[in-house]
Amino acid sequence: MSTLAAAWDWLTDPAHWPGEDGIRHRLLQHLLLTAVCLLLSCALALPVALVLGHLGKGGALAVNLSNAGRAVPTFAVLVLLLLTPVGRWDDGPTVVALVLFAVPPLLTNAYVGMREVDRGVVQAARGMGMTGRQLLFHVELPLALPLLLNGVRIAAVQLVATATIAALAGGGGLGRIITAGFNLASTPQVVAGAFLVAALALAVEAVFELAERLAPARARGGRP
Amino acid sequence: MAPLPDDCLTRNEWICGIYLSTRRQILLDAVVQHLQLTSLSVLLGLVVAVPLAVLARRWGWAAGPVLAVTTILYTIPSLAMYSLLLPLYGLSAALVVAGLALYSLTVLVRNILAGLRAVPEETRQAARGLGYGPVRLLLAVELPLALPAAMAGLRIATVSAVSLATVGAIVGYGGLGNLIYAGMNSYFKAQVLTASVLCVLIAVAADLLLLGVQRLVTPWTRTARA
Repeated sequence: MSTLAAAWDWLTDPAHWPGEDGIRHRLLQHLLLTAVCLLLSCALALPVALVLGHLGKGGALAVNLSNAGRAVPTFAVLVLLLLTPVGRWDDGPTVVALVLFAVPPLLTNAYVGMREVDRGVVQAARGMGMTGRQLLFHVELPLALPLLLNGVRIAAVQLVATATIAALAGGGGLGRIITAGFNLASTPQVVAGAFLVAALALAVEAVFELAERLAPARARGGRP
Repeated sequence: MAPLPDDCLTRNEWICGIYLSTRRQILLDAVVQHLQLTSLSVLLGLVVAVPLAVLARRWGWAAGPVLAVTTILYTIPSLAMYSLLLPLYGLSAALVVAGLALYSLTVLVRNILAGLRAVPEETRQAARGLGYGPVRLLLAVELPLALPAAMAGLRIATVSAVSLATVGAIVGYGGLGNLIYAGMNSYFKAQVLTASVLCVLIAVAADLLLLGVQRLVTPWTRTARA
């Protein structure tokens, strides 16, 4: 228990908050990194998933990609990128590795959401004379929203957690507090860093949960 | 001093045959460590997950807390997980195994529970009618019928464990992750690429192996679909 108390002391020591290596700066770096990667992977994955889901093609690709993605260690991708020309660009390797990590689950969830839309509803909309574009934006997308958003939520939480490995490759974020703690052989600092990351992951989860409760019933998957 | 030979090692190329032949023993040791870490942790996860899932199935009220706790464990980042367990285990292989086992727990408990819940009530009643007691019902009817879902979870847990084990390099027990970590610090391209590829190969091989096992132990799922 003394380790936990020491970790708490480290965390609440005002000297550890300001500055380049301070908790405040690392926390901001971590949030920024996660947000950028989440936006980029959504921008990449969601349009593809929506179009594929609308056309009903590429299902095997969308699902298998997600399974294959799990087999590739993000840490290995990060280090590989670091040794390529991408590595010369500051946070480049981290952003690329994390985006590659987040795209598969986003793609799969959005695709499955689109395909799970009741075929009868789709046919009724078609019968009413809706064009493909109208069908996609006014029928399929709203109905697929709950599963799609669940994918975004999973990706966001996993990104917060995985962004820590950026520190292993000398990048910023909360992982740096952990790796610095390892190098100083300071267990309280390591535990304090781990606590910060876990708390941030849970906070992101809570934000999504709250947004889901406040969202209109349609986005929750409930019947309006 | 003799001039350095002009080969792919000195040129630091990504793909290098000489690296493969001269470092065979190092690679083999890393692969063995990687296999030990992942198989031990998944087995440990399985040993804990089965009773938890069975308990959650028996007593409905236990399902909520069991799922909540394992899900929270899953949200803890791997680097943080290893560090949180540090005070308990110190810098050891047990630390990595424990961390990975906690990760596989979430996927395994969820899938086994889903499998147990999917057993049709009529099937259970038929077994009871045949005089099966609760233990025999569980062992001979419910668990076998939950196998396909459980095996799907086992495959996901194993593949994730193979990939997450690399992060164990932070405490020196990361199997192939150690080579990736060392290769990063010394800018050794062949080592990083070789270790990464081996990691993916292990994950794919483990997945295919488990798929084969699944087909062997659940022959009825094939005849049912045919």
